[in-house]
Amino acid sequence: MRFGVLRFPGTCDEVDAQLACERVGEATILWHGDRDLQGVDAVVVPGGFSYGDYLRVGAIARFAPIMESVIQFAREGGPVLGICNGFQVLCEAGLLPGALLPNRTLRFVCRQVDLVVEHADTVFTNACEQGERLSIPAKHTTGCWYAPHELHERVEANGQVLLRYAPGENFNGSLADVAGVRNEAGNVFGLMPHPEHAVDPLTGSVDGLKLFQSIANHVGAHV
Amino acid sequence: MSETATAPHRALGLTDAEYELIVDKLGRAPNAVELSMFSLMWSEHCAYKHSKQLLRQLPTEGPYLLMGPGENAGAVDVGDGLAIAFKVESHNHPSAVEPFQGAATGVGGILRDVFAVGARPIAVLDSLRFGELDSARSRYLLEHAVAGIGHYGNSIGVPTIGGELYFEGPYEQNCLVNAMALGIAEHDRLTRSAATGPGNALVLFGALTGRDGIGGASVLASAELGEGDADKRPTVQIGDPFAEKKLMECSLELLDRELLVSLQDLGAAGLTSSSSEMASKGGLGLDIHVDRVPLREPGMEPFEIMVSESQERMLCVVEPVCVDEVLAVCAKWETTATVIGEVTDSGRLRVLSDGDVVGDMPVEALVDDCPLYDLAPEKPSAPIYPAPVRTLPPAADADPRAILPALLRSANVADRSPVFEQYDCLVQSRTVRRPDDADAAVLMLPATSTADGTHPAIAVSIDGSGRRVACDPYRGTVEAVLECAANLACVGAEPLGLTNCLNFGNPEKPHIAWQLGESVRGMADACRALDVPVVGGNVSLYNEGPEGPIYPTPVVGMVGRLPDAARAGRLGFAVEGDAIAFAGPFQPSLPGSELAKLRGEPLPDGLPEVDVAVVRKAQEVVRDAVRRGEIRSAHDVAEGGLAVALAECCLGGGHGATVDFRGASAEGERLLETLFGEGAGGFVLSGPRPALAALARQLQLTFVGEVAGSGDALTLALDDDARLSWPLAELRAARARGLADALDS
Repeated sequence: MRFGVLRFPGTCDEVDAQLACERVGEATILWHGDRDLQGVDAVVVPGGFSYGDYLRVGAIARFAPIMESVIQFAREGGPVLGICNGFQVLCEAGLLPGALLPNRTLRFVCRQVDLVVEHADTVFTNACEQGERLSIPAKHTTGCWYAPHELHERVEANGQVLLRYAPGENFNGSLADVAGVRNEAGNVFGLMPHPEHAVDPLTGSVDGLKLFQSIANHVGAHV
Repeated sequence: MSETATAPHRALGLTDAEYELIVDKLGRAPNAVELSMFSLMWSEHCAYKHSKQLLRQLPTEGPYLLMGPGENAGAVDVGDGLAIAFKVESHNHPSAVEPFQGAATGVGGILRDVFAVGARPIAVLDSLRFGELDSARSRYLLEHAVAGIGHYGNSIGVPTIGGELYFEGPYEQNCLVNAMALGIAEHDRLTRSAATGPGNALVLFGALTGRDGIGGASVLASAELGEGDADKRPTVQIGDPFAEKKLMECSLELLDRELLVSLQDLGAAGLTSSSSEMASKGGLGLDIHVDRVPLREPGMEPFEIMVSESQERMLCVVEPVCVDEVLAVCAKWETTATVIGEVTDSGRLRVLSDGDVVGDMPVEALVDDCPLYDLAPEKPSAPIYPAPVRTLPPAADADPRAILPALLRSANVADRSPVFEQYDCLVQSRTVRRPDDADAAVLMLPATSTADGTHPAIAVSIDGSGRRVACDPYRGTVEAVLECAANLACVGAEPLGLTNCLNFGNPEKPHIAWQLGESVRGMADACRALDVPVVGGNVSLYNEGPEGPIYPTPVVGMVGRLPDAARAGRLGFAVEGDAIAFAGPFQPSLPGSELAKLRGEPLPDGLPEVDVAVVRKAQEVVRDAVRRGEIRSAHDVAEGGLAVALAECCLGGGHGATVDFRGASAEGERLLETLFGEGAGGFVLSGPRPALAALARQLQLTFVGEVAGSGDALTLALDDDARLSWPLAELRAARARGLADALDS
């Protein structure tokens, strides 16, 4: 299978995401100004500071030409993973519920955190066990997930929260410890922690690889 | 008032004699454009006029050296055809005036130095000094400088993997912000800055040129801080990391496509410095049309365009046939690019505005003819620095049970993670040892070079204790170099090269000249004894406030290589039951130590002598043992002595320890000296007893104890069945709050 990893001006973690994808498949970098997704099987919107995070995180990237194609791809059921800034972009694009607000401390925080897998029967978590703890680093200034009460209730009722911060690990103040959330259809998922930085025992942990493996499993089963 | 007292050259920082020399070189009086350009190029910041002669003592040759001092950054060979380029630079005065932007643009500037030589930046480290944390100003500077470093480094996608941070009274007015960057390149990609080929085009690309930072190098960086510094805030530049991110990717793509003859970043003194340095290195001339420079605001004068320090700009020389492709690549990265001039064979830097020559100077006069000054060093007859303010309650003075938590809580020893957590240390997927994992940061080299399954890596450390150097400029500096090398040894790395930033006071004062001379002599001797060349660096003088000079602070950044990242050392105790040993020619002493500071003792006049050859041997033995994977932890003894090192090993690994100090005198100053005394050459090692026993044949080594369980305490056994014991939770709590409280206040 082949992943497409987006590159906006200001994207920082695209090569990391590409390296992670290449552990379970092939990966291509897709340029923000193009509209052609080159027939990839899944799209990763990586972390970084697209367009400098100016105006509001993810607000400008959402209007990039490539995003028109990503939105279309998502509507057709294609798997889309948003990591950190990518999560913010997908929320801005209306593909994921809620919004990301500044961290409770108003500071950038880079920290290894433990996450709990809430649902293991999804496109993005099928290589995990229900209730499994994953050790994955998070690093951001604007990662406090928020949704209005009714939306939050609906998200919870639909089982859209796939990852939560383990007790004591929620440093950014996210509502209900939400670390990662999917859309209603189940093919778009965003999370603030960086699974692409947890794929090699030499650099810390390999728990993040399970998310990429899950996508590969899903695509493999649906070809 | 006499005519010379109001002369414009004085306001620009030039002496009357220097002005006369400029008139002599030009054969006429300089006009306003030329005078402003000379004032910058002949400033201390650009011309090193008080330090150049001293720096010639430093060794700049070594087996791994690829590019030495003189280029934007130096570079060493790390094997497999790869080079690591690196440099440290100061941004002290801008940070003292405006800490967020001062620190941010310090990071931006050092990153440009690294990609200007064709290397992709892979890491940033920073070395910070502030006044004591009980000062609101110091807490303000700390918070905003750290935020500025994070703002720039995080958003550009270069990890900040380490650094060091000290708080001492003499930095109260004049904080230090030194930033170091490393980049990676294939050997043949290393790019120099010399302009060649008359007729080639000079292309300026990156941000627009504005009125920010005018006179930064001369007015701000080359004079003491004092009253009215708030007025200098307009001389501080404003950073835009998004612009730099595009500039970096654009520059690297231009080099990938082999479109550039040479490349140079615009830093201090802007277009003036970058263009004249390029012309000087190529032995050629340049014509610059200032009317073609894209401006942020209309109506800028030619001199303003030539001296503006607007950030995120680069200058390159391009063959005419490649110009269109260069402009196309810049357009792809949404980076403004303009042909602003051409290379000539005139040997002159000519500034033109709408076709009129508004400045015309020999390049040599600008770059090489600034007079160099001899220093008049004199060892001060009385102490320069007041004794530190006592912070330890007198009742605890002789109580080791109370001293250890007090040290762990103190600002210079406390847990650094409240600061390091504000930096992304992971982006680019190379970070094998994060801050706190080990004494040095470890980064993997690209996996293409691993035929036998090993993962070659580099290690890097930055260090320099100003207080120790204030006690003894020569031996304190030797210690700083040894400390860096010890940090590398603890992860298994062999040093390849070092960069330095010499932060001192006003060199025109005899006692500062003495500190500077002794420090450089110490650095030269230590580098020779370790066979580590200096690949480049930076000098920052005039670091003085109304209260006096800073502690003399030579900051050393050292890069090393290790054969296998999988065996990179850690500092924390790892396995219950492992033996603990003290190793190395360590001779602790209390004067000048952290404990002496907490007790408010005056700085001693001199530190004990160190046998560098013996220390080097010990470092090599430790390094080789780490590389063989025989020992499980290695940590060098630094601030706070053995007891603090043991506590750090316990907390780092989450294990208690039982350590035998019987025979070390059970009481009084001798016991305190053993527990908390400082000096070079000491290591705390842990591992299987036979492996450590084998090392004892090669270096001084004493078995002292055993690693305990995670629920156990750090317990020291003393003579006469006395014991000192601290639960890990108590040590952890003491160490956790020191910095966190200051940042959260």
